[in-house]
Amino acid sequence: MASKAVYSQHRDPLLKKRDDFEDILEERRKTSDLRYALRCYTPALYKGLTPCTISDLKSMVLQSDQLLYVINQVSKETGTATDEIQSEAEAILEEMAHRLQLTTVRFFAFTLSKIFKTLFRSICVNEEGIQRLQQAIQEHPVVLLPSHRSYMDFLLVSYILYTYDLALPVIAAGMDFMGMKIVGEMLRMSGAFFIRRSFGGDKLYWAVFSEYVKTMLKNGFAPVEFFLEGTRSRTAKSLTPKLGLLNIVMDPFLKGEVFDVSLVPVSISYERILEEALYARELLGVPKPKESTSGLFKARKILSENYGSIHVYFGQPVSARSLAEGRVDRSQFNLTPRHIPRKPSEGIQDFVNDSAFRLVRSQEENMVLKPWVLLAALLLQNQAAGNKLGVLVEDLTEQAVWLRDLSRQFGAFLHWPDHVPPSRVVSSSLSLHRSLVRVSEGRVQLNSGSGSEFPLAAMTPEEELLSKAVVVLSCASYRNQVLHVFIRAALLACAVHSVTSSRKQEIFNTFSFLRNMFSNEFILRPGAEVQDFEEACYLLVKSAVLQIHQQEVLVTDSGHRTLAFLTSILDPFVQGYQMVCRFLCEEATETLTENQFVPAVRKFFIKHLLTGGLKYVEVLSSDLQKNALAALLRLGAVQKLRGGADQGTLKVNTVMVNSLEDTLGGKLPTQKTLAARL
Amino acid sequence: MASNSSGDESSRHQTARHRLSVIAGHLQRPTDRNAALLAVDCKAQGSKPNVNTSDRGEGRTVPRRRQEIMKWNGWGYSDSRFLFNKKGQAEFTGNRYRLSGMIIPGLKDWMEGTFGANLQHKTQATPVLNTSAVQPPTLNEAFVEELKSTGIPFSHEGEDRVFRAHGHCLHEIFALREGKIGRVPDMVVWPNCHNDVVKIVELACKHNVCLIPYGGGTSVSSALECPPEETRSIVSLDTSQMNRILWIDEKNLTAHVESGIVGQDLERLLNESGYCTGHEPDSMEFSSLGGWVATRASGMKKNIYGNIEDLVVHIKMVTPRGVIEKSCQGPRMSTGPDIHHFILGSEGTLGVVTEVTIKIRPMPEYQKYGSVVFPNFEQGVACLREVARQRCAPASIRLMDNEQFKFGHALKPQVSSIFTSFLDGLKKFYITKFKGFDPNRLCVATLLFEGPREKVLQHEKQVYDIAAKFGGLAAGEDNGQRGYMLTFVIAYLRDLGMDYYVIGESFETSVPWDRVLDICRNVKARIIRECKDKGVQFPPLSTCRVTQTYDAGACVYFYFAFNYRGLSDPVHVYEQVEHAAREEILANGGSLSHHHGVGKLRKEWMRETVSNVGVGMLKSVKDYVDPNNIFGNRNLL
Repeated sequence: MASKAVYSQHRDPLLKKRDDFEDILEERRKTSDLRYALRCYTPALYKGLTPCTISDLKSMVLQSDQLLYVINQVSKETGTATDEIQSEAEAILEEMAHRLQLTTVRFFAFTLSKIFKTLFRSICVNEEGIQRLQQAIQEHPVVLLPSHRSYMDFLLVSYILYTYDLALPVIAAGMDFMGMKIVGEMLRMSGAFFIRRSFGGDKLYWAVFSEYVKTMLKNGFAPVEFFLEGTRSRTAKSLTPKLGLLNIVMDPFLKGEVFDVSLVPVSISYERILEEALYARELLGVPKPKESTSGLFKARKILSENYGSIHVYFGQPVSARSLAEGRVDRSQFNLTPRHIPRKPSEGIQDFVNDSAFRLVRSQEENMVLKPWVLLAALLLQNQAAGNKLGVLVEDLTEQAVWLRDLSRQFGAFLHWPDHVPPSRVVSSSLSLHRSLVRVSEGRVQLNSGSGSEFPLAAMTPEEELLSKAVVVLSCASYRNQVLHVFIRAALLACAVHSVTSSRKQEIFNTFSFLRNMFSNEFILRPGAEVQDFEEACYLLVKSAVLQIHQQEVLVTDSGHRTLAFLTSILDPFVQGYQMVCRFLCEEATETLTENQFVPAVRKFFIKHLLTGGLKYVEVLSSDLQKNALAALLRLGAVQKLRGGADQGTLKVNTVMVNSLEDTLGGKLPTQKTLAARL
Repeated sequence: MASNSSGDESSRHQTARHRLSVIAGHLQRPTDRNAALLAVDCKAQGSKPNVNTSDRGEGRTVPRRRQEIMKWNGWGYSDSRFLFNKKGQAEFTGNRYRLSGMIIPGLKDWMEGTFGANLQHKTQATPVLNTSAVQPPTLNEAFVEELKSTGIPFSHEGEDRVFRAHGHCLHEIFALREGKIGRVPDMVVWPNCHNDVVKIVELACKHNVCLIPYGGGTSVSSALECPPEETRSIVSLDTSQMNRILWIDEKNLTAHVESGIVGQDLERLLNESGYCTGHEPDSMEFSSLGGWVATRASGMKKNIYGNIEDLVVHIKMVTPRGVIEKSCQGPRMSTGPDIHHFILGSEGTLGVVTEVTIKIRPMPEYQKYGSVVFPNFEQGVACLREVARQRCAPASIRLMDNEQFKFGHALKPQVSSIFTSFLDGLKKFYITKFKGFDPNRLCVATLLFEGPREKVLQHEKQVYDIAAKFGGLAAGEDNGQRGYMLTFVIAYLRDLGMDYYVIGESFETSVPWDRVLDICRNVKARIIRECKDKGVQFPPLSTCRVTQTYDAGACVYFYFAFNYRGLSDPVHVYEQVEHAAREEILANGGSLSHHHGVGKLRKEWMRETVSNVGVGMLKSVKDYVDPNNIFGNRNLL
């Protein structure tokens, strides 16, 4: 079942085959939720399943060779008696373990049905994906890897699996949920298990945790579900994958304890994210608006809103075995007992990292894009172009249709209702997102701020800017959903734009430079420069934007519009990174620490936005700022001091940061920057 | 109950194992006319034989012209084969084996059910060897001339040469069945003794002729294939006529034997003096002592007697540099790396083993088969592991998986009485219904105990007690005995399969205990997946058994077969799947081979198996011993 092609290998994205969707709420609206919650639930199980209860599972973990080995080791190191450590391990497991029980699941099935029906128009699921999953569950241990954009994701997947009579997953959740006593326990009883956010050097914790996950996986107890991105993406861009859990679930395969593991990427796309404004505020570092009235009121406000539809796409199961084929020499585990914990070798780390990127990219590829996403992209560009009056609805519609066709050419999974006239599509999108845009006198404009009823009067310019920024960042979070479609081509467009010559090699160099620069920002698989470059070339040639003759790259006459769109979609990021560089050169003090970085940059940016030296409000996103810093740290332009009183202090290599800034601005050819790095 | 034996024999023979009589008892036909053909009779070196078996040819199985008794394009004796009779029932012909002449009612259904094979779809093998398809020999005239003057018999007849050009790999037999014949030796020589070999090797060196030693021809590693790139004249050196026991030393319990003797003859002849070696590889009917040494063979009863490396005390080998041997027969030496270990496993690349001093034991007083049924394979492996931990393994203990258990079941001969069939039904009822064993999961271990009666019974109890801890139920002697008998007929069964579009083979590995279950599961799954990927239309048979236990691990045997209808190049598909399975074995911590050897089939993995330096060491030995690559079969390296 599982295919080797993690993300489509078709050169022509139009050929990407995707399944049709089915709305599962439709049935819910017709029949009794109670009967649905109480119906007979008999999922197909893994063929190699060793049936066991939750307490069997725990004792298997506690008696595993792995754990016993670590307990002995810790005991020797600390001088503590083994039974003490053993009970410590039991306590950890107790804190961690799920208590999946059907009654709670049924309770959720009932209440969630009610809630979903109020909040969403539809929940669409690709049934073929469900069928593939059902097959996969029986053949091999399954790992479900949903994208993570909302708290909703947690129960949504389980809800769907329950609906289709599939085995319910156990879900890795952060310990923060545990704070919420009742909710935490409820989640636990619906299959969540809880992991501390950081347990750095705690060998025992790691051993209990990894053994717990592996035991469930190996025995086929239940599909294991976790979020590759580690946390909810506040920007709707996919986050650089975290490798911890992926390492754990790959391990039984790599060590031959199971024949294969099926990794199933699940793409969950929301037409409107519940946390939309919350995320924007968080990114801006603005405190949440005062909730003097009770939380109940807020909940009711949410319930009264329309959040459109959700699309859940269960991707093609990816076989860990096929991923590893020809990449990993599994015999490296032959010479030490497998239960002795070892740090994964460099080769394994690279492999897991590479796999993680492939999986995240296949999540991206199957994310459904709504027309609004395109509108958000266009509106942001319009606004940045300084268009104060807003854009005419007709113009927006024309642009949207153009962009629709372009993104389809690029293989976007766009849900644009073709049987409806484009103007209707645009207007209904705008009305669903009326918290972000307003239409007046035939012109569309972003809302200037959240408290639009009492505008301007009581606000300082800074407050005004920030409230505008909330809207812009919310909009950006929709625009961001389409970025993965264009990112490679956009990098190439920027390279073509900034390189004066038309030599392919030079353009490639700039492309690689930009790609390298932005690899903390977007999902760009390490080591795939050439592949990405070729893909970008292919797309731009196919859409008649570029002509490539051997070593020459030429822009066609008709290609300028696309090229302009592509460069401007990346422009906020280019400018944001440049400004971060400028900040580091001009303003950073000797004592600037990592923690002070974001507030200081924000202050610097606000200053420049107010004086007009910066045109993109979205650079205020702390996500962008952190990513820029991470990139500079990775490139060695900034160093983080460790230990002592200077812990976390940033040491800036001004020459290098300066030259990176110039290169980003196209003032310096790429070659020079590379030289400066040396 | 001890294994039954006809009561009119001497008391010693009453305890002789039934199994040996199975193997050897039917070999009535004297083959001594070979002796008459001999031009020159060698004198045994040194000591005077003190057993009456030194007369060449008497009671020996293998004649110079193998074609007189053996199939040219299949396994074993010409008179023994499986076939479906007119009623569509499977039957085993001949009278050599216990199964001979019996009807096997379950086999047809099993073959149809397991492989989707159909009696209507038959592929006929080429019945007679077409000698015109054999390339004319490239003879080295000077060598031939000088050889003639030594009087050592030789032949360049097509049939003789074809017989010595192959082992029993699937691709080798498949090609023969299709009448395809590749590069074959240009000539066959039959030395009669060590000195003959010395002469042949000297002449080969002098005239730059390629020598390929040939023992029993049971290799499954492509070891006997003539390297196609070899341009010199290839001479197959057939040791089968060097088959005497030269002396038996009862004080030290050793026997000095010529290397060409095949296992069944060696055992039978030693039995006549009240001894045995206890070395019983599954191929023992046809494989030779020299072949065992050259491949590091392993015997079924190694738990008592040891593997070949434990059994040999002294080896004499003729190499292009001269004869290599030790100066004494001390039981252990600290004299640098053991030179025997350059010879053991050298696979005919360094020289010809001519004489071996091998340990012998008095024949066991008592022998008893047994079997245990486990609810599943996991429990079975756990039991074997425990038996190994307590170091109380019987002479042989083997664990078959569920598929193999069913296979064994399908090979049950027709029962003679209603009573037996009633008992069988009762047993089945007890195990599946009363004990709740799932017939699709249960598996069976077969056991063989040997030794003084008291000890055997005691030992038996110990093992059954351990088995009980793992849910094992004793399942009777018959099941056990049949299990071992199958070992000898299974190779015949492959020929039957090939008549009906089914091809298959076995391969083996050794693996640490903690990986036994993983390797079994993964390799079997890999085979099934690869077959599917390669377009095999029917699910393959992919099954395994644990055949030997050691302190630190076990030997695992895989059987793999599939119905190839609809495939244009079945042998290629077969080879790809086997290759993938071997990769899987290595990835799961299994060894390249436990006892089949490397030959040419597996030599691509030698470097990763023994490291660069390891290969270098072996190479340097080869370069010193045989600088001109006279022993040019190109195995191993």
